[in-house]
Amino acid sequence: MYSEKVMDHFYHPRNVGEIEDADGVGVAGNPVCGDVMKITIKVDRESETIKDIKFKTFGCGAAIATSSMVTEMVKGKDLTLEEAMKITNKMVAEALDGLPPIKMHCSNLAADALHAAIEDYLKKKRGQET
Amino acid sequence: MKTVYVDNNATTKVAPEVLEAMLPYFTELYGNPSSMHFFGGQVQKKVNEAREQVADFLGADPSEIVFTSCGTESDNAAIFGTLDSYPEKRHFVTSRVEHPAVLNVCPYLERKGYRVTQVSVDREGHLDLDELKESLRDETALVSIMYANNETGVIFPIEEIGEMVKSKGIPFHVDAVQAAGKIPLNMKKSTIDMLSISGHKLHAPKGIGVLYIRKGTKFSPYIIGGHQERGRRGGTENVPYIIGLGKACELAKKNLEEENTRVRALRDYLEAKILEKIPNTLVNGDRYNRLPNTLSVSFEYVEGESILLLLSDLGICASSGSACTSGSLEPSHVLRAMGVPFTAAHGSIRFSLSIYNTKEEMDYIIEHLPPIIQKLRDISPFWKDYLKSKIKD
Repeated sequence: MYSEKVMDHFYHPRNVGEIEDADGVGVAGNPVCGDVMKITIKVDRESETIKDIKFKTFGCGAAIATSSMVTEMVKGKDLTLEEAMKITNKMVAEALDGLPPIKMHCSNLAADALHAAIEDYLKKKRGQET
Repeated sequence: MKTVYVDNNATTKVAPEVLEAMLPYFTELYGNPSSMHFFGGQVQKKVNEAREQVADFLGADPSEIVFTSCGTESDNAAIFGTLDSYPEKRHFVTSRVEHPAVLNVCPYLERKGYRVTQVSVDREGHLDLDELKESLRDETALVSIMYANNETGVIFPIEEIGEMVKSKGIPFHVDAVQAAGKIPLNMKKSTIDMLSISGHKLHAPKGIGVLYIRKGTKFSPYIIGGHQERGRRGGTENVPYIIGLGKACELAKKNLEEENTRVRALRDYLEAKILEKIPNTLVNGDRYNRLPNTLSVSFEYVEGESILLLLSDLGICASSGSACTSGSLEPSHVLRAMGVPFTAAHGSIRFSLSIYNTKEEMDYIIEHLPPIIQKLRDISPFWKDYLKSKIKD
């Protein structure tokens, strides 16, 4: 039922873990539905680009694969925060050659977790400035 | 890659003896049992023999056996066939943990103006018998309770329930799809009025079921057609499958002891080793009052579909009560009814064995399961939080 790309990311997830001194932490999903994704990012303050990204996910094959894919879409790409905010859940699913329809809602939240991590960074930054 | 099939509550392998018994009825012996000529008559004779085999297995009279197309049809026929017979009675009693073949009839009945009581279960999966007793009314048309639960294997005290139900003069249907072949059934010494079984759960093929209807039970046919099955179920008999099911029932009767000794020992071995090797693992349901072949375990902080995919990659076939595998957005209704926490319900795996499983297969699972759970826990955001909380304690 899953594409080869989904299975590849599920069996060999990229960038698993938590950045210890992360600049931003984002969580999406909830345990009731059975999918929770946590993304941690390291941001270069000068250029406002994402320097490192890691994920941890509780969930099904699609949840793990989308989390892994979103980190790959960001890592090593020197994306600005603005550019990273433009990554959507739909783009993540497309990068994995699609997901079964039932998974599109519940398990395709990796971009939301990324956005939450960026917002967390921005909030902390605003807190420091004031 | 070898296949280790431990999903026998989903379906079972057709026994070679069953297939062999069926084959001639696809080819040279294709007559219609209802025909007047010898060619149909010889088939009729074999159908009668199969009916006797099923009756013998259930401790019933052959005239009480109605062949259906599957367990779901048997359940539906029992419910609708009874409600139709008592049009003035508008109350139906069942449990919260039934198979969808009964469970999903409930909202339909409610839409049709019936009152439905779904009796709850406790944390171990036991039915609340007081609630059941209090729900019984003069207007109760039928009580339908499963013999044993398909997900946890928990066995209900069917005869105790039957006493309650029959003392009020209410018809009693039992879905024994998971129980048949695993625990002894004897309709001669039972309070059960109607009982459903399914062929493919006991080494017959998919597409054949039985509804036992005790003599004297009021029943209106659910499938209306010819005179087949004494007018209780129209449609030309599914001859090869009926003959296959007859053979399967004969084998099931013989194998009942092995199910309760060797298969039970294998299940207990698998359970003990899993609990020993994998921390934060819970068995779902009463471990003592349980089918001998079933084990439902929850691995905390990980999700069932992920476990199944990794097991499947190694040739191990099991099932899960997680939302992703239930085809809905919520985890198993059985585990939720029992109050299993969501994170544990999502991480539930059911292993269900058969007489074809071996000790080597259990060892294969025991060898490969712990690293799978560990791998997923290493990815899970909850696992580290749990470890941290342990250190604080």
